[in-house]
Amino acid sequence: MLEIPVIRWGKPYESFDQQEVVHFETGEPLAKVHQANAGLVKMDMRKAQRARDLLREIPVSKLLEICKKAADLYMTAELPLGNGTQTPEEFCRIQSASTGMPEWMCAGNMKKVAFVLEHMNEILDSLTRGLPLDILTQGYGKEERGVMMSYQANSPVLGLVLPSNSPGVHTLWMPILPMQIGLVLKPGSSEPWTPYRMTEAFCQAGIPRECISVYPGPHDVGSTVTELCKRVMLFGGQATIDKYKGNPNVQAHGPGFSKILLGDDVVDRWEDYLDLMVDSIFQNGGRSCINASGVWASRHTEAIADAIAKRIGPAGPTSMTDPEAPLAAFTMTGAAQSMNGSIEAGLSEPGVTEVTAQYRDGDRLIELERCDYLRPTIVHCKNTDATLANTEYMFPMASVVQCEQKDMLKNIGSTLVCTAITEDEQWSQQLLDATHIDRLNIGPIKTNALNWLQPHEGNIVEFLFRARAFQNETPAAH
Amino acid sequence: MTDNSNLDEMIKQNQEALDAHTRESVQWHFNPETGSPYWLEKAKDFDFNPLTDVNCFEDLNKFPLFEDDELRGGPVDRWIPKALLGKPTYVFETGGTTGIPKSRVVIDDFRIDYENFSDTLPDESFPKGSNWLMLGPSGPRRLRLAVEHMAQYRGGISFCVDLDPRWVVKLIKKGKIDEVKEYSAHVIDQAMAILGAGHEIKCMFTTPKLLEALAMRLMDEGSSIEEAGIKGIFCGGTEFTQQWYRFAREELLGENVYITPTYGNTLMGLACGRPFDPADDYKITYYAPQPRAVIRVVDFDDHTKVVGYGETGRVKLFTMTKELFIPGFLERDEGEREVPHAKYPWDGVSGVRPFHEIAQSTTVGVY
Repeated sequence: MLEIPVIRWGKPYESFDQQEVVHFETGEPLAKVHQANAGLVKMDMRKAQRARDLLREIPVSKLLEICKKAADLYMTAELPLGNGTQTPEEFCRIQSASTGMPEWMCAGNMKKVAFVLEHMNEILDSLTRGLPLDILTQGYGKEERGVMMSYQANSPVLGLVLPSNSPGVHTLWMPILPMQIGLVLKPGSSEPWTPYRMTEAFCQAGIPRECISVYPGPHDVGSTVTELCKRVMLFGGQATIDKYKGNPNVQAHGPGFSKILLGDDVVDRWEDYLDLMVDSIFQNGGRSCINASGVWASRHTEAIADAIAKRIGPAGPTSMTDPEAPLAAFTMTGAAQSMNGSIEAGLSEPGVTEVTAQYRDGDRLIELERCDYLRPTIVHCKNTDATLANTEYMFPMASVVQCEQKDMLKNIGSTLVCTAITEDEQWSQQLLDATHIDRLNIGPIKTNALNWLQPHEGNIVEFLFRARAFQNETPAAH
Repeated sequence: MTDNSNLDEMIKQNQEALDAHTRESVQWHFNPETGSPYWLEKAKDFDFNPLTDVNCFEDLNKFPLFEDDELRGGPVDRWIPKALLGKPTYVFETGGTTGIPKSRVVIDDFRIDYENFSDTLPDESFPKGSNWLMLGPSGPRRLRLAVEHMAQYRGGISFCVDLDPRWVVKLIKKGKIDEVKEYSAHVIDQAMAILGAGHEIKCMFTTPKLLEALAMRLMDEGSSIEEAGIKGIFCGGTEFTQQWYRFAREELLGENVYITPTYGNTLMGLACGRPFDPADDYKITYYAPQPRAVIRVVDFDDHTKVVGYGETGRVKLFTMTKELFIPGFLERDEGEREVPHAKYPWDGVSGVRPFHEIAQSTTVGVY
């Protein structure tokens, strides 16, 4: 069987503790993943600075070339994995088999990762606002306009506590190595594949192996990574987000509560935006934080909900190899049942109606022997106080909420991606000023159509580097 | 070297000794002249007579499982056998982060248990006459006094730290991780002060987490456990896993510092680790201090049924000393049943870990 070791600054380490990753449908073991213990991480983190030192020996321009090569290797090469090798096709197959994501979605996520790597120079140029990148290496330098700039790395490495069920998030850590910051990866238990394949692609492309550690392991390994790395990106539910709120060392990613707001000036033409609404809710199995979980409008909401429901309501699970499989499976025991229970409880509130049921042959919850599915669900909420008016679940589920335009910003709550379809300039300004919206799209743009040149949930450059004053000559008298 | 026929004979003899010890214990604890009020009262509800119906160890299955919630609250002298009333008595507690802690009264058991355990330690790694560092929980626990007694029994002096594990569990439950780290550093500060004060400490009790923290602090200061003078460590807790054992030997301690795992709690003495053998690949196997305490690995659904060798089950504990009678208590741990060893010719348990059904609700603190 495939055996995957812990990677300690590039060196494989075989642990006595191993965990099998199994096929979500059959229970067939797919691989044995060696498990780190927290002490290993503590021991290794004492040498974290070396990762940055080695990366700083490689010019950023060279690292950007390495990213392009890594993208190619990731997409096309048969790469070593533990005691075996893995082709891109095998990667998609095994990722699907352990996470419940259809294979075509896995392939789509690969392309996203590769796209980010191929365009890394533009992304860094954008995220640093055109900063000469050698300033990140040297710590200081002058911009073209002659102004001294200084940036100090907040940490020699970025710790990542990665999820098991959302392979799409791996794009977020692609810019780290080219900024000469080492990687400490704690993979999710069902999704070791991307961290290991990406590590191998980076190293074969020219990143020194000593710059990356990969620590599969139990929860205390994740908490040790979080505790010891001075900058950490982690993924979890709302409770995790709340736990790290206000902690400057941790960038926590979780539910997005992304929404589409239809302005009063366009809402009578809502049918023009039906495709956009459907895609925002339904694409990628509705599993992402950038999928829309709400559509808000002041009128026509029942018709909008019915039209979306008619389109996505009939969808059900198919084979993982189906190139159009619309739904991902829930592989964690009880997760789908718990979500279904919460939705049913929400539906019992006054003014809340499920619209999809009439277009679905059977129940929302499909329970199978080793996994479950939740079928697309569209809910109509007559008021914004309903529990389901502002929830997010990891399947195509959205609430169409009736709300006056003037009240929307007061009621939408924290929103990762807000697509506001409007040409109302006054409202547009209010949207621009709303600090509870992270990514703002004004115009007919799908919530899940990301421009990678834009920061996502905070600018990663600002998270990793601190702008500060630096002088090596006396300033002009004043 | 013991051949298999000798081992078989030793197993048989130990089983006979265990049966005899069981009969003797039951006669002591259920005799109205010597037994404790708790057990004499309990016996009234049994549908059997312990004095006549319990004739061997297997007969202990006639008793209902002991529930450790019974140990909460007073009066604690209900546990003292009448024959021991009036002797100087200690009370030790377990748990107790919230609510009334579980208590056990002790007269001499902790001394006997730790003297027995002491006799299993190799003198070259735990030199007689050496001083000890007790880097573990303080307060109303058995461990501090027990380690101190063992140090004295071996001719040394035990130096202790202040460590309140209940406070740490409260901090963790409140999510105050920075304060947990500060408290952990405060404990290690105390250990560093003791080790650096010229007390010639060579032996130590500690836990995996604290040993990691101490070893890394010493490394950060350009030293090591070995350079600090420590030759032997005994270390307890379910976090002492096979992988951690290897990590400790290979990366924290080096080959010149001896470490041995132990398993125990307030209800029993100390179960000893099978002597280190490279062929075991760091597998940890514990043997209870029979006949005073017995460990059986039992079926998850039927605690009267012992699982086969190598099979997984829940750890069931029996204690039969003059001071305490526990005729079967399901520990919060599970593991695999192991074959007897020449040094301990009775069943052992390996791979001890939190019982899978309750593992997720357990809060592991700083120690």
